[in-house]
Amino acid sequence: MASSYMLPYAQQAPPSYAHPTEASQPRQHHWSPYTENGGVILGIAGKDYVILAGDTRSSEGYNINTRTARKVFSVGSGLILGVVGMSADGEELARKVTRKIDDYKRNHDKHITVSAAAVMLSRILYQKRFFPYYCQPLLGGLDENGVGAIYTYDYVGSFEREQSRAFGSAAALITPFLDNQINLKNQFVPGSNGEQPKQAGDLPRATVEKIVKDAFTSAVERQIEVGDGLQLVTITRAPPRTEEEADDDDWTGAAISVELSPLKKD
Amino acid sequence: MNQFPHGWGRPRDDVYGAYDASYLNSTEPVTHTQRPIVTGTSVLGVKFKDGVIIAADNIASYGSLARYDNVERLLQVGTHTVIGAGGDISDMQYLHLLLDNLLIREQYPADDHHLYAPQVHTYLSRVLYQRRNKFDPLWNSILTAGADPKTSEPFLSYVDLRGTTFSAPALATGFGAHLAVPILRRYVPDDAAAEALTQEDAEKLVEECMKVLWYRDARSGVTYSWAVIKKDGVETGNKKIENQSWKFAEMIKGYGAQNI
Repeated sequence: MASSYMLPYAQQAPPSYAHPTEASQPRQHHWSPYTENGGVILGIAGKDYVILAGDTRSSEGYNINTRTARKVFSVGSGLILGVVGMSADGEELARKVTRKIDDYKRNHDKHITVSAAAVMLSRILYQKRFFPYYCQPLLGGLDENGVGAIYTYDYVGSFEREQSRAFGSAAALITPFLDNQINLKNQFVPGSNGEQPKQAGDLPRATVEKIVKDAFTSAVERQIEVGDGLQLVTITRAPPRTEEEADDDDWTGAAISVELSPLKKD
Repeated sequence: MNQFPHGWGRPRDDVYGAYDASYLNSTEPVTHTQRPIVTGTSVLGVKFKDGVIIAADNIASYGSLARYDNVERLLQVGTHTVIGAGGDISDMQYLHLLLDNLLIREQYPADDHHLYAPQVHTYLSRVLYQRRNKFDPLWNSILTAGADPKTSEPFLSYVDLRGTTFSAPALATGFGAHLAVPILRRYVPDDAAAEALTQEDAEKLVEECMKVLWYRDARSGVTYSWAVIKKDGVETGNKKIENQSWKFAEMIKGYGAQNI
């Protein structure tokens, strides 16, 4: 017969001298340092542009905190960072990345490349491997050739460069839409009798903007944590340097523009 | 010479004696706040045309016991900022101490260096976020209200025990987030509506919300403190909820003297 010491604590009979009330037991409280503020972000990289968009709702459970919270931040050197998950961690991460990119500029007297910033962000996330930032970041920028780049991460710093990605509470709704509309999955050349798949190519910016807006308006219909407003941030190639800009250290070759438009508030 | 690198740069044992590590072995365990004890309930804040109004009642509860009925939960910080705290009262009082010290350190009016609401809010959010990172939270949700002395631009922001921050033209903490925010948003859905709202209407709106909270939040009180912050400074006062009607209570089965 098994002795009582072999059983897990929960299965052991309470010792006879134990006071029967709950109050005499050691009480354990569970406080979580994490919370979830909802929302969704979406990044798409093109031939010479990057689009990073997020909704502007911030929620906690069934409460809407505010309808005007931004999830996409300009982090300096022509780069942008979208964060979704716990907003306190996300904003802290954006501050830290902004600071580090500024440090890089001051230390090396040049703007950080998007690929170097991508590794740096990975290290920042991994440094908190055992108390992770509870947010999923998307880093966007133009690479050395002026081609759009989106870097996607998990909570602890695994990353890869991708063409398009949705993160957040409506990611499951938007991802298959992107597969179909950006990567042209399950689309075939007309008249090929479903034999010849369409090849995904470079989409013009105007088309992608439409796809992004459609993705968000659809997500709003089915996901209660998404809505209120759309913050659409675009990086394009800046026009060639003028005479005055020739010695301008702040010139990055990237032009960032922000567009705010309404989404349904219900 | 000591050949072991770990000894380099340290006081030599043969000169100064061995390092006294006794202070590291405290007999008491490290304790963290794991639940609030004496608590305050909601704080309300609304932006209006040229300022912002903030209000909080004067009750401090011990569980369901209304333990103290004359507690000031609003604090003026500097010349153009008022903070209001819900949650643990002792943590709130500790934050008041931190803010007093912050002002002594940082406020130099003669050098035109002031702390206004955005600075106070950022400071509070950093303190609260740091404490949550240490798993030792300050158990509060706080509204920071203020106005810019030059532009009279109103400021209103929220921060809580996890360091979550956000801003809106109308905000409420605690029970107020459920009961008052829907009423406030009906009148002040966005910044444009706040810019059209008069001070008089804002005061009425807050009064109405405090009354709803008094009716429905069992941890609320009948007296409350309010503060209006505008370009020219802070105006504060106390109010009692008037014109109460408990007629709705007759409709509730099991309430008061009824034969059920």
